[in-house]
Amino acid sequence: MPKFRLNRRHVISKLLKERQDSLVVNGLGGTCWDLASLGDNDFNFYVWGGMGNACMIGLGLALSQPEKKVIVITGDGEMLMGIGSLATIALKNPKNFSIVIFDNELYGETGNQKTHTAYSTNLSQIAIGAGIKNSSIISSEEELLLLSSEIHKIKNLTFSQIKINQQQEEIVLPIREGSYIKSRFRKALLGEKILLE
Amino acid sequence: MDKASNSRIDNWPYNIYEVLKDNKIKQIAFVPDAGHKDLIDYCENDKNMNMVSLTSEEEGVGLLAGAWLGGEKGVLLMQSSGVGNCINTIASITRACDFPLLMLVTMRGEWNEFNPWQVPMGKATLKVLEALNVNVSRCEEIYNVSDTVNAMVGLAYKTNSINAVLLSQKLIGAKDFKD
Repeated sequence: MPKFRLNRRHVISKLLKERQDSLVVNGLGGTCWDLASLGDNDFNFYVWGGMGNACMIGLGLALSQPEKKVIVITGDGEMLMGIGSLATIALKNPKNFSIVIFDNELYGETGNQKTHTAYSTNLSQIAIGAGIKNSSIISSEEELLLLSSEIHKIKNLTFSQIKINQQQEEIVLPIREGSYIKSRFRKALLGEKILLE
Repeated sequence: MDKASNSRIDNWPYNIYEVLKDNKIKQIAFVPDAGHKDLIDYCENDKNMNMVSLTSEEEGVGLLAGAWLGGEKGVLLMQSSGVGNCINTIASITRACDFPLLMLVTMRGEWNEFNPWQVPMGKATLKVLEALNVNVSRCEEIYNVSDTVNAMVGLAYKTNSINAVLLSQKLIGAKDFKD
């Protein structure tokens, strides 16, 4: 019997089913393959490196595009590496920004070593302590469906720590040339003329 | 301070602020720093600038990548020690994706430094940046600060390159721990 019921591929498909023009940034590793598993999208910014910075890329994007919803989906290990960024994000408090953590309590890309969340660390409490008021742990289907119905709205800065099971999923690789991912995203968001500037 | 005293040639922080404003720099990422204190104050008083106080410098590297994805320019203000904190993020995000980046670095660990713990990173700053193929300009004198910053803003955003201006400790004045 798995410790947690929710499956990561089920979770991402529910979260992004109604995404419309939401802008999505993943953390490196598992959440990158999860995002790619839904098919390619010009409004995906696939992060393949710079562990610990996914949320800060999301913050810069959210501040520059206040009318667009920005969602960062990253893992517990990636979030732990940039944990101070939660304080920075709370200070700016952009209401068009949501952070989602896929917490399987493992470093899945390096041999399934346990992360700190497997022991004593509670990420959603850290987020609250950093100043993000709308912070919660999600471990049931009902809670997931509620989050899915709210996440594309521009309402409040939110932090959702989703407890997922440790089942290994197929690795689905998206495009990985950073310069192309960046320019394609900017062209889709800002229009073709941006490439001439 | 009134406008006239702000605009003096020896008020190099104000001159940098004007360059940033004229170049439509929107997101000002910074770690509080004595050398950048006046510049941070000028930017904070500008409603068109969005101040982002960081807990550590590498956050600013990710932030400004995201800003550029959304169509905004930014600058990262930090001390030379902060360059050490940024290295992997500059390589693995900024360089890997050819994002533009402008860094204004106040130098420690040189020119009459009091604190020996500042010297190793101060000595390594230029070499570390050059190892990442960052374009580096160094300012020792007041008269060329504004032109140098302006040129480096242009280089960053016209060519998608990574650029640092090192503001020397001679220029900013060594901290004496006696004030």
